[in-house]
Amino acid sequence: MSDKSNDTPLKKVCIICAKGNIEDVYASLVMANGAVMEGIEAKLFFTFFGLDAITKKGKRMFKLHTPTVGNPALRFPNGWRVPTWMGAIPGMEGMTSSMMKKEMDKLDIPPVDEFMEMIVAGGGEIYACKLAMDMFKLKKEDLYDDVKGVLTVGEFYEMSGGENTQIIFT
Amino acid sequence: METRTIAGKSVSFTEDGYMSDMHEWNEDIAKELAKEENIELDDLHWKVLGFLREKQAAGVSLTIRSVGKSGIVDIKGFYTLFPGGPLKLSTKIAGLPKPASCV
Repeated sequence: MSDKSNDTPLKKVCIICAKGNIEDVYASLVMANGAVMEGIEAKLFFTFFGLDAITKKGKRMFKLHTPTVGNPALRFPNGWRVPTWMGAIPGMEGMTSSMMKKEMDKLDIPPVDEFMEMIVAGGGEIYACKLAMDMFKLKKEDLYDDVKGVLTVGEFYEMSGGENTQIIFT
Repeated sequence: METRTIAGKSVSFTEDGYMSDMHEWNEDIAKELAKEENIELDDLHWKVLGFLREKQAAGVSLTIRSVGKSGIVDIKGFYTLFPGGPLKLSTKIAGLPKPASCV
């Protein structure tokens, strides 16, 4: 960060999370939390499978997984690639996911619910997509308490206005 | 690197505006640095600064979450104490290096 740019600073980020695996959800949460930490306004919008991350019904938000099939970057702790056929062995995905969570905890990255509390405490806002909720037959009361509202895409764009605002799709 | 005279003492800073040496820090310097950020330090601020300095000296990486668990303030309170960038501002006033953590 030696050469400082003269650009006007970012004021607002609107982050869309459409996937429900650990890495996509955490990418969105880290970016939203990182924004509020820097004094940047943050809106987090969960849609499609991303809704799992904010669904308390069936404790879905606490059961996020990292896919072990079709994930060519997945490696054993020793650095060897995990062959796709091995990723399909029962228990493999659960084990990998709990390992990911353990490693994140070591870096002081909190569980999903606590992470959202941190974002909201910093003034960030969390929303769910109406269309995806209808599709997955979810109601507002199925969602985590920190979810501020259910939005249509039009309403999402409305709150994405203003100068120096960025929309980020993880 | 830049040297400024603060509270009658010559203090060196990094390009980011953080103190280069946490041992040059004292409470008068903290008050001046806080004033530059438009923050008036009260008891709670001092406790947070003390906590951060203690953790830094112990080699622990500083995060918002750890402050929230310190028992001094919750995360919301931390944002209220140092508005607009709690970890950035508090470490700056505490005379510590710029935090390298993303959480």
